Amino acid sequence: MGFLEIKDLKVHFPIRAGLFNRVVGHVKAVDGVSFTIEEGKTYGLVGESGSGKTTTGRAIIGLNDVTSGSITYEGKSALGKNKSILNTHKDVQMIFQDPYSSLNPKKRVLDIIAEPLRNYENLSKQEVRRRVEELLDKVGLSPESIFKYPHEFSGGQRQRIGVARAIALKPKLIIADEPVSALDVSVQAQVLNFMQDLQKELNLTYLFIGHDLGVIKHLCDNIAIMYKGRYVEQGTKADIFNNPQHIYTKRLIAAIPDIEPANRAKQLKYRQEVQAEYEHASDEYFDNEGLAYGLQPISDTHLVALPEKG
Amino acid sequence: MVLKIRKNKYTYFRGINLSKTLLEIKNLKTSFRINDDYYAAVDDVSLTVNKNEILGIVGESGSGKSALAFSIMGLHNRAKIEGSIDFKGKSIANISTAKMNKLRGKDMAMIFQDPLTALNPLMTVGEQISEIIFLHNKGLSNKKRKGRVIQLINQVGIPRPEHTYEQFPHELSGGMRQRVIIAIAIANQPELLIADEPTTALDVTIQSQILDLIKDLKKDMDAGIILITHDLGVIAEMADRVAVMYAGQIVEIADVHTLFENPLHPYTRSLFNSVPNTNEHQDRLHVIQGIVPSLQNLPRTGCRFATRIPWIDESAHEKNPVLHEVIPGHYVRCTCHSQFYFPDESKEDQKHGVS
Amino acid sequence: MIPQMILLSILIFIVAQMMPGDALTGIIDPNIDPAAIEAQREALGLNNPWHIQYIDWVNATLHGDLGQSFRFKMPVTELVGQRLVNTVWLGLVTLIFTYLIAVPLGITSGRYNDTWLDQGITTYTYIGFAIPLFIFGLVMLWVFGFKLSWFPTNGSVAPGTEPGTMAFVLSKIKHLLLPALSMALIATVSTVQYLRSEIIDTKQKDFIVTARAKGASEQRVYNRHILRNSLLPIAAFFGFELTGLIGGTVFIETIFNYPGMGLLFIDSITQRDYSVVTSVVLLFGIASILGALLSDIILSIVDPRIRIK
Repeated sequence: MGFLEIKDLKVHFPIRAGLFNRVVGHVKAVDGVSFTIEEGKTYGLVGESGSGKTTTGRAIIGLNDVTSGSITYEGKSALGKNKSILNTHKDVQMIFQDPYSSLNPKKRVLDIIAEPLRNYENLSKQEVRRRVEELLDKVGLSPESIFKYPHEFSGGQRQRIGVARAIALKPKLIIADEPVSALDVSVQAQVLNFMQDLQKELNLTYLFIGHDLGVIKHLCDNIAIMYKGRYVEQGTKADIFNNPQHIYTKRLIAAIPDIEPANRAKQLKYRQEVQAEYEHASDEYFDNEGLAYGLQPISDTHLVALPEKG
Repeated sequence: MVLKIRKNKYTYFRGINLSKTLLEIKNLKTSFRINDDYYAAVDDVSLTVNKNEILGIVGESGSGKSALAFSIMGLHNRAKIEGSIDFKGKSIANISTAKMNKLRGKDMAMIFQDPLTALNPLMTVGEQISEIIFLHNKGLSNKKRKGRVIQLINQVGIPRPEHTYEQFPHELSGGMRQRVIIAIAIANQPELLIADEPTTALDVTIQSQILDLIKDLKKDMDAGIILITHDLGVIAEMADRVAVMYAGQIVEIADVHTLFENPLHPYTRSLFNSVPNTNEHQDRLHVIQGIVPSLQNLPRTGCRFATRIPWIDESAHEKNPVLHEVIPGHYVRCTCHSQFYFPDESKEDQKHGVS
Repeated sequence: MIPQMILLSILIFIVAQMMPGDALTGIIDPNIDPAAIEAQREALGLNNPWHIQYIDWVNATLHGDLGQSFRFKMPVTELVGQRLVNTVWLGLVTLIFTYLIAVPLGITSGRYNDTWLDQGITTYTYIGFAIPLFIFGLVMLWVFGFKLSWFPTNGSVAPGTEPGTMAFVLSKIKHLLLPALSMALIATVSTVQYLRSEIIDTKQKDFIVTARAKGASEQRVYNRHILRNSLLPIAAFFGFELTGLIGGTVFIETIFNYPGMGLLFIDSITQRDYSVVTSVVLLFGIASILGALLSDIILSIVDPRIRIK
């Protein structure tokens, strides 16, 4: 039994049109996604824009309605009427992509970080203040920052305030939606290191949503690749990076710029091979709607979306 | 995305051959006015771009790399520009807007970072590409111009050019919009192309296509290209020579192989260590202490990177750091690189939080 | 839009019902036997439950029957018809003045922001915001109407002119100009401010940099890129401008004694001519809703991003 189990999750958005706003169709943002995250591990969800990775994360925590499927957290169903109730759970928190807009600019750091504490825990003013100072210390910000406003901080510092808020209630699961995409590389390194330290310290579980394969590889134990609302491949870090099976995964990996200028020719050749395979063999990987097939196991840990044999 | 590739007239060797120099910048200083004082965002930058060459400029936000690009294109509104910028042997620093407008869009062009905002939302794609051709060739008939626009849309690899001609930017995906921006930039076959983070807003698979397109353009048009990015991977794949910028200055400049094999400046080395590398496993990423100082708080004397490597003794730095040519073509600012080392991780942990 | 109309009509109906008296109150002789009045009420359906009365009222309204004005002793429809034409002309001329003032001022102010020119224009807009329309109207009337005698001071046309003649048309126009100008000078300030901030905003957009990098001259950048994009929200604002105008006409028509809907409205209130009041309110309400609809339609025509497919 996994820590967080998602089964056949579907999120379909209605398309409305015409004079009476009738529903004329659906966008299948997430179309049958299943996975399990084990406690203390980092699960990476990779995809390009429009792949449904963010919607998956938002649906799991309850920011998007769920069309069908099940979400089980610590063995109990976390699905309300048609929405996940995990956002009311104090052990589940979310970190957002944009450190500039996800913090209320009119609130002091103290109030931003104290908000979850005030909502869930009955603490006196002094206790709240002390807890906030501890949290700031943990994310590496000085205690004097407590009365400052978000605009007085740099991007990396703001993202750390967001992290401090997320860990205020000592959560077990953090859903991080592209937490470092808006940051400079050196600041990105800071936030990534810090997230890893925190994981060790608090035995945190991360669902890490991202598009940068370098970051994903650095951080994640298990990785899933998403394309147009469906999984195309899922496996351990080694499965995905050393033995990619699906053409889409191969394309993604081939597209990462190689940091060695000396490998230019090799990289170009690999990319051309993958491109050639993509062009003549894409029928083997995508159905006639251009979507991925169902997942077939090719090893204990490695699942690939391939047509059923026979 | 099929491009006709002409045979190169020139072959590139390390070093500078004057006849091939397209752009020469000397001691450029671009300052912005903040509360009655001028602060230099680009501070004493000198560099050259040759024909059929991609010069990569790397740096983080606040390093002045975009300000440098805007200075070359004369796109700053209220900045003070000192020093010289010579394009094909003629000075283009502080010339009149009317004179600059004859060059901009024709001999030199720019690709912008954000494809979502760089196009006018109320004009069709066709009109927007058409405008740049019209501005520099008013004699061309409407029909010929439209033909040329469609040819350009085709050249940048957008399917169904006639249909796209009539579309508005919001009807296209980010990757397609970036192609439109590239089509605008290359419409008049510029000799100098400045690409400011051309792929930052794009997905990786689209990024590799756009980068291929830029490479083809270089071969096809013999153009000099300045490629500005914060992504070392993109630099590794694209650039012939690389300049690393920090706090408004070039701290290191070398050809791409030298720089990646033997980076010298502490900032360059720190950058390399802070990027998750897909080729090898790192347990922890290197974190550069402190933050990039804001324009007003920039140290104007001494080594600008010194405050971020406080474990290096002050005596290692020069008083007035200049670029030293360590081997032909490889320049490094300040002497601190010879004594630089990475601190012990545990020590760093205690310090990196203080900001 | 249809639900809004229904809601509006119900509200007006309820308010009308709450007013003292009914359709018979004003026209009956106090000497008539109360039983006969009661019989008459029954016959007219005035004792029916409210929803039946409402449906009767809506039905009559849709057929153009808005009831009788007890003061003028004529059908409200006829009464309103004459006044409506006057108000439409006044509104139209006001709108033209409003944009004739707003567009050049807004553009100048936005393009040369933070210069003395911009400061002058901004000062004017602040004054415009601060002065109430009815005071400004009175000042205009006093200065240009009474002191300088450039314009007539009341009515919509000089008495004795024959409808259809050139003199009649000219007289109409002459009567229109001062009230329209007074209203426009005040109403325009919000549009000037809006256009100014739109232009300042558009000036800093990335696509303006793209246009400059193409080698477009400053003039072209403004005419082709900034102006068009800044005028777009102004067009969307048009419907609200229309709504504001309705409020304005109530004051201006009263001050200039101009026989339009606004003056009719005020007169009917002071004279307790309820059937007229409800009809005028209904028409004002419909005009506001249509204004909002018009905004949406204009926007969908000029903005390709929300163009109806």
